[in-house]
Amino acid sequence: MTIATTTELICFLVLSAVVVLGALGVVLLSNIVYSAFLLGGVFTAVAGLYLLLNASFVAAAQILVYVGAINVLILFAIMLVNKKEDLKAIANLGVRRAVSGGVCLGLFALLVRVVVTTPWNLPGPPAVGEEATARIGEHLFTDYLLPFELASVLLLMAMIGAIVLARRDVLAKDVVTGETADQALIEKARTPLLLERRSS
Amino acid sequence: MTDLLSGFPSLQAFLFLAAMLFCIGVWGLINSRNAVRVLMSIELMLNAVNINLMSFSSYVDGDLIRGQVFTVFVITVAAAEAAVGLAILLSLYRNRVTVDMEQFNLLRW
Repeated sequence: MTIATTTELICFLVLSAVVVLGALGVVLLSNIVYSAFLLGGVFTAVAGLYLLLNASFVAAAQILVYVGAINVLILFAIMLVNKKEDLKAIANLGVRRAVSGGVCLGLFALLVRVVVTTPWNLPGPPAVGEEATARIGEHLFTDYLLPFELASVLLLMAMIGAIVLARRDVLAKDVVTGETADQALIEKARTPLLLERRSS
Repeated sequence: MTDLLSGFPSLQAFLFLAAMLFCIGVWGLINSRNAVRVLMSIELMLNAVNINLMSFSSYVDGDLIRGQVFTVFVITVAAAEAAVGLAILLSLYRNRVTVDMEQFNLLRW
C-alpha cells in the first residue's frame, strides 16, 4: 500500500464519517438550527468526496450552490418561521418511527445487495483527471446543449415562481387618503385563511 | 487484507455511502414534523444521488464523465427546488401559522 492510497483511504473514511454522522444529526436533532448548520457540514464533506474523485469543478459548484445558496436559504427560512410551538402529540409515534426505520433499513439492504451482486464493468477507461472541467464545458455545449438551455428556463421559472409565492399582498392605495401607497410600508391585514378549519 | 484494501476507496465503498445517506434522507422525510427539516431531508437524498453519479463517472465512465454533467444539472434542479419549496413553505406558514407537517391535511380525504 503506497502512501498515496493510504492518504486517500484516510480522507475517504473521515469524510464518510462526517457525512453519515452529520446526516443523522440533521434528521435526529431536535433543534433545527443545529440541523441546518450540520447540513452545511454534510454538503462540505460531500464536496470533499468529489475532490477525492478528481472532480474539482463539481466540488466548487457544490460548495457555491449548496453551502452558499441552499443552506443560507434554509437558514433564512428557519429565521422566518422558527416560532416556538408545542407540537401536538400524536398516537403511536414510536411505532411509526420504528416501522419507517425498518422500511429504510430494508431499502438499505436492497441497495447493498444490488451493489454487491452487480458485476460492475471495472476498471473503466482511465479518468481524465484535471481535464474534467474542459470536458464538462464541451459536453454542455454539444450533446447536452438542450438540457443546458432548459436548465436556464427552469431557473427563470423557479425565480419568478418563488417571488410570486412568497410575496405578501399589499394595498395599492392608502385606505384613508386614497393616495398611492408606499408598498413597502403598508401591508394588508390578513387573517390566516385556513385557521378555522384547524379546530375541526 | 492489504490486497482487499489496495484499491479501497472503491466504487462499492462510494455506493455504500450513498445508499446510507439516501436511507437516512428517506427516514427523515417520513418522520420529520418540521417542514423545513423535510426540505433538508430532500437535499440529503439529492446529495446521495449526486455521490452515486460522481462515483460512476469516475470509475466506470472515466473518459466521457457524463456523470459529472448530470451532477451539475441535478445541482441546478436542487437549487430551483429549494427556492420554490421554501417559498411554498413561507406562504403555507402565513396561512396556517404553523410548520407542523401533521397540520397540513387540507387535501386529505
